[in-house]
Amino acid sequence: MTSGGLPMSSRARPPERRQETSTNLADILERVLDKGIVIAGDIRVNLLDIELLTIKIRLLVASVDKAKEMGIDWWEHDPTLSSGKSSGGLIEENRLLKERIAALEAGSAPELDGGAAPAGRSVVAPKDVVEPAPEVVEPAPEELVDAEDDEEPADTEDDEVDADDEELVDDDEEPGDPEPEEAVEAAPPRRPQRRARRPVERRRRDDG
Amino acid sequence: MADSLVYVYAVTDATQELPAVTGVDDTSVRQVVSGGLAAVVSSVDPTRFSEEALRRSLEDLQWLESTARAHHGVVAAVAQSGPVAPVRLATVYLDDDNVRALLDDNGPAFAAALDRIRGRTEWGVKIFAAPTPGGAESPAVDDTRPGTSYLLRRRAERDRAARGLQDAVAAAEAAHGDLAAVAVASRRYAPQDPRLSGHREEMVLNAAYLVDEAGAAALHRLIEDRDEPTLRLELTGPWAPYSFATLEEQ
Repeated sequence: MTSGGLPMSSRARPPERRQETSTNLADILERVLDKGIVIAGDIRVNLLDIELLTIKIRLLVASVDKAKEMGIDWWEHDPTLSSGKSSGGLIEENRLLKERIAALEAGSAPELDGGAAPAGRSVVAPKDVVEPAPEVVEPAPEELVDAEDDEEPADTEDDEVDADDEELVDDDEEPGDPEPEEAVEAAPPRRPQRRARRPVERRRRDDG
Repeated sequence: MADSLVYVYAVTDATQELPAVTGVDDTSVRQVVSGGLAAVVSSVDPTRFSEEALRRSLEDLQWLESTARAHHGVVAAVAQSGPVAPVRLATVYLDDDNVRALLDDNGPAFAAALDRIRGRTEWGVKIFAAPTPGGAESPAVDDTRPGTSYLLRRRAERDRAARGLQDAVAAAEAAHGDLAAVAVASRRYAPQDPRLSGHREEMVLNAAYLVDEAGAAALHRLIEDRDEPTLRLELTGPWAPYSFATLEEQ
């Protein structure tokens, strides 16, 4: 919880207080630029400039230093931008496929259905893949009309309601009977990723 | 132009021991003494710390980061051994005589500033409004009228979010009152914009507290014991008293 502030002197610095480098740059800048005694030195640095600079710097610091903390690290997951390091899903899938091939070649196929297959599916169908809205939405609109007449005449609600049809369906539907087709439906979102890698490989071949 | 310029980090008591620490631009740190006061300074390259060079360098984030860290490092190291009045980044003089003149001209004000912060440290506290937990008081779901239930739930959620922020602001006010009570002085700053602070939560308090040793312990206890689901408290420090070693009279 505690961070920043006074670094211990380099002579005797307990390991738990390695603050000098870990102190948030934004916090340091806030203090050395915003606070502290302001005296006009012989070398004139326009204070207005510094104040403008402070704002600019905060934006910069926020955008670079903080982006990762905020979880904005899409560039690390974009296979065209970061060469393969982060495509863990593909690597895992690849590994499973190789195992399967090895197993098939070894002729131990019966074991596969019990072991490798479910693992393989979990890679292909992540739980939170957005499904296309199912057809069972039908009962919802009727209810919505009722609701608008009885309760909330505000037009502005319409959009939100539409967007959340699925939520309504949840009320009526029995949750948690995953149909086997889901895995098939969920598969397409992975394809673009695979395609995205190909240009990189092609480019490499061109270079060589 | 002179061989070197004089970069000023802070003003301290003349008797204060100078720590072994590297200054900006890898320079060594020394003291310029006048009367009971000392300025902590280093000699810097005039080509890199001229008006024009500074204007350019200040735009360079890498230069700014290393300079700010070095400046802060010197101030923090000096603060280990006694009271220190930090000077704003990039305060540069032509020579030691001008620094001595600065100390002489503002002697009483510097001395008063040092007395105010003697034996005290600064702690920063930022308070964020935690995301409001949902569900607890949602209207019951009426299975026969799911649409109505849905709209009621939406309205309840919206109201709860607005109330959540209000509650957080009020709770932060109360927290500030408690923290200020154990502090010698406190300063409040404008909350940082979520985009700048890097936190998604709304900042509802951005404050600095000047405390003595007992106050620091009390401040920590207050922060640790504070158990409010609506708030997230962030403590930074101890800082050299950047916010309190000021020249203006209080």
